[in-house]
Formats: sequence, structure tokens, C-alpha cells
Amino acid sequence: MDVKKVAKLAHLDISEEEVAIYTPQLAKIVEYVEQLGKVDITGVDPMLGGLTDEGQATDTMRDDEVIVSSGQEWATCEAPAAVEGHFQVPKVL
Amino acid sequence: MFESIIKKALDDAERLNPILNAFLSLEQAHAEERIAELGKERQELPLFGYPIAVKDNICTQGLRTSCGSRILENYRAHYNATAIEKLNQAGAVVIGKTNMDEFAMGSSNENSAFGICRNPWDTERVPGGSSGGSAAAVASGVVRASLGSETGGSVRQPASLCGVVGLKPTYGRISRYGLVAFASSLDNIGIFGRSVRDAAKVLGVIAGRDPLDSTSAEVPVPDYEATLDATVSGRRIGVPWALMGEGLDGEVRSAVERSIEGFRSIGAEIVDIELPHAMYGIAVYYIIATAEASSNLARYDGVRYGFRAEQANSLREMYHQTREEGFGPEVKRRIMLGTYVLSSGYYDAYYAKAQKVRALVKRDYERAFASCDAILTPTSPTTAFRIGERSDDPLAMYLSDIYTVSANLAGIPAISVPCGLSSENLPIGLQLLGNFWSEALLLNMAYKFESEFPLKEMPKIFAD
Repeated sequence: MDVKKVAKLAHLDISEEEVAIYTPQLAKIVEYVEQLGKVDITGVDPMLGGLTDEGQATDTMRDDEVIVSSGQEWATCEAPAAVEGHFQVPKVL
Repeated sequence: MFESIIKKALDDAERLNPILNAFLSLEQAHAEERIAELGKERQELPLFGYPIAVKDNICTQGLRTSCGSRILENYRAHYNATAIEKLNQAGAVVIGKTNMDEFAMGSSNENSAFGICRNPWDTERVPGGSSGGSAAAVASGVVRASLGSETGGSVRQPASLCGVVGLKPTYGRISRYGLVAFASSLDNIGIFGRSVRDAAKVLGVIAGRDPLDSTSAEVPVPDYEATLDATVSGRRIGVPWALMGEGLDGEVRSAVERSIEGFRSIGAEIVDIELPHAMYGIAVYYIIATAEASSNLARYDGVRYGFRAEQANSLREMYHQTREEGFGPEVKRRIMLGTYVLSSGYYDAYYAKAQKVRALVKRDYERAFASCDAILTPTSPTTAFRIGERSDDPLAMYLSDIYTVSANLAGIPAISVPCGLSSENLPIGLQLLGNFWSEALLLNMAYKFESEFPLKEMPKIFAD
């Protein structure tokens, strides 16, 4: 695994020291999970989620009704930086 | 009367926390408010004045919900999880939020950003994880029940290591609205109890369909306490002997064998079963769980909540540095592994394959339950290990989930109940796994076992 490349994809700014630590650890884990290559999966449908048959059968639709929103102040009050109900971020361009 | 019970729980928690570090926050003011509210309530509520501890990845309105992570260190949830709403309506009082492996990733609680939690039976040892604090809070007598969460055994394994009851329900049994997502197709809210009855009581309150969680299922909630004492005579218990070989500690094996004899002595029939794909459970789990985690944890970007790195000059730099500084090593490892298995060119080899083997794991259970009512295994292959013993070897740590992960993959319920102590005075847990929606049966069997073969010893660190 190219750990630097994967870290970039995962939006992690990892250091060279971390690359040195994670590379052998992740290699060992990947080697372990590769044992799945031994399993005969011919004709097996993938299990796409965790739902039981009853979960699949449950009606999860609701009426399309307008409900009161909690508001911008509420939505932004935990943000590290927010101004007048807007999230503030470093410059984009 | 109930005020004194709640105040005692808070006092005990405060007094023991310098030793155990089971709680990340104690909520005195919130408890006072709840006491005042309850003063006006009907006392016949099912959990009236019942103090409860909650894992710090379950949202509690206005209270800290850190997920054991620096990235959410000062985060206060905007709303209550449905499980918390239901506990409040039933008269329970949340006294504090418990320590955990960061984002529920770990089996020892050593991955918490806020210090390790210690096992009340031996403070040099881990309580298990990831819900280590919730297990220790119950084991040390601070509360009779607590909430945890499970993705691969994070309630059952610490329950086993701390000598308490740990229940993982069927996928869809308890609403996950307000449970911070780790791996959505595997995550469950689970329950710790001092006794099986405590777990049954709490499950009865928080189970059921919730319109706010589309994965919660429309299945009636039975009266779990009503059937606790039903006879287990004639019940068939399947034992997958082939799984109990390599890696299983000798003393754990002996205790589990004695438990099997114990069940036989109270009328259960023991049958041999096979779960041929269970041995692949950990490999499947570490592909699916990390893939889902890499997606779920993408939301932590320093914009809407939580920690933000301050030095960044651009938006992209801010994202990368925030995540680099905010996440601990195990979370980064899993995000990277998940990113890798989902990345272009690798998807079919890892993720698609894992989903197929997952279907086989589930099919094994469906076949097994055609010939038995429940399956019995150890919960954890070993008793509580020493702090630091496995922290340099992530794979060795992952292998401690061997008996628990497959229930999460299949979506079936399972319970861990104490079944003895090792020669070093450390608790051993046995696990009962049941068919979908069979929580009432599992609680009944665990209750009968607990009544016949109670764990009489107490941990070294205990509230009274």
C-alpha cells in the first residue's frame, strides 16, 4: 500500500514518521484480510447492508410535510468559526 | 429517596474516577435538573430515579459528546439520541458520559484521547473496549446499567473482561438516531447490566421502531422481564467446537466447558454445530467496518463542529491538518485502510468480496439456528490483558474480537454473561448468540444461568 497516497485521499496530512509506522502495520493487516481470497464465493450475492428481513419490510416513508427548522444560529453554534449564521473557512481560491 | 440514589452514584463516580477513569464527564447540574423534574412525575415509571451512564458517542443534548476524540473534545450535542429520550421518559437519569476508544475503534479503551480506563478487577489491566468506561462504571458498582455501542463486540467483550452482563441486540432493535456513526451496517446501541434483569429492563425501555432511524425495524417489543424465569428445559444449545481451538486461553476454555455442563444440568440439550465461515469474520469485519468508517468520518473537517487546526492557509490545508491533528493513530489507520479498500482498482478484491463472505457468515447462522435455539461460545478468547500488552500490534488487538464480530456481520443478537473467574481472579464471560429478534430468549437463558451459577466475588474497586 502506498500510504502517502492513501493518506492524501483520506485528507490526512501525515508525517514521514507516521508513514514509517503505518506502512508495516497496514501491510500486515492487508496481508491478513487477503485470506478471503481462499473463500469460494461463486454464485453468492453480496450482503449490501445490515438489515434483517423485517428491517427491509419496514415502511420508512413519511409524509412530505414542512416542519419547523432549528435555525441557522442553532446549526452553527458548535462551529469553530461562524459569523451571522454562516460557517467561516479559510480562503478557498 | 431516589435523589439519594442518584447523588450516591454521582459521588461514587467522582470518588472512583481518579482510579478508574471510567467517566469523561460527570453531569451534576443535569442530574439536579432531572431530579427536580422527576419530583413532579409519577413514581411508577419503569426506570424512575434510575441512574445510568452513557458512552460518550451517544448524543445527550447540551452535554459533552466527545467520542473519546480530540476532534470532538468540546462538542456538546444539539439533541438527544432516541435511546436517551426514551430513558428520560422512563424516569432514568444520565449521570455522566463514559470513556471509550476513540470513535469506538479498539478493544482495550487504550485508544481514548482522554486517558486509559482501568479494569475494576485489576487496575493494571484494560477493561476491554471500545465501551470500556461503560463496562467499568457498572462493574465498579457506580450504576446498575449503562449504554454502550457495538460494531464488532464493543459491549460484549468489555462486559466479559469486567464481569458484567453485556447485550448486543438485533440490528434494527434499538434506534441509532443520535449514535455517532462508525460503520453504519454494523453499529448497534448495546446495554451493560449488573444483572441480566437490569439489561432486560433497559432494553424494554429503549427498543422499538423509531421514525428518525430508517434502519430501525417495525417489530413488536415483548415484555423482556416477564419471560426471564421461563424454563430452559428442552432448549437446544449449539456449540461450534471447531472455533474453540487456536488462541483460546485454557482457563477460558475450561470455564466455558463447565458452563455447557451447567446448562445441561438445568435441562438444556447440547448439540454440535458448525459455522464454517466464522473464522473469516475478522477479515470481513476489518474491510467492511473500515470502509464504512472512512466514509462516515469524512464529516470531521473542522467546519461545522469540533476541533479545527489553526495554522492552515487554505481550505484544503485546513481539512488535512485538522484531521491529522484531531484523530489518533488507530482512527487514522482505519480511515486509511478503509480508503484503500474502496479505492479505484481495489474495490472488487476487497470490499465486494467481503460483502459476499459476509453473506456466507450470515447463512451459516441461519443454517445453525435450524437445529438449535441458541449458540454458546466464549465471549473473548482471553481474560483482561495488561495495559500496553497489545498496543503496538493492531492485528493482535483485532484478533480479540474473534467470537464477537460475526454477530455484527450477521445482524443477530448476542449476550455476554459472567461464567467464572480465572486463577488470577479475572472474570470470564460466556456468549449466547440467538436468531434474529430472540433477545427475550437470550435474556431468559442468561438469567437462568446467572441464577444457578452466580458470580459471587466482587471486583477490587467497588463503590460500597
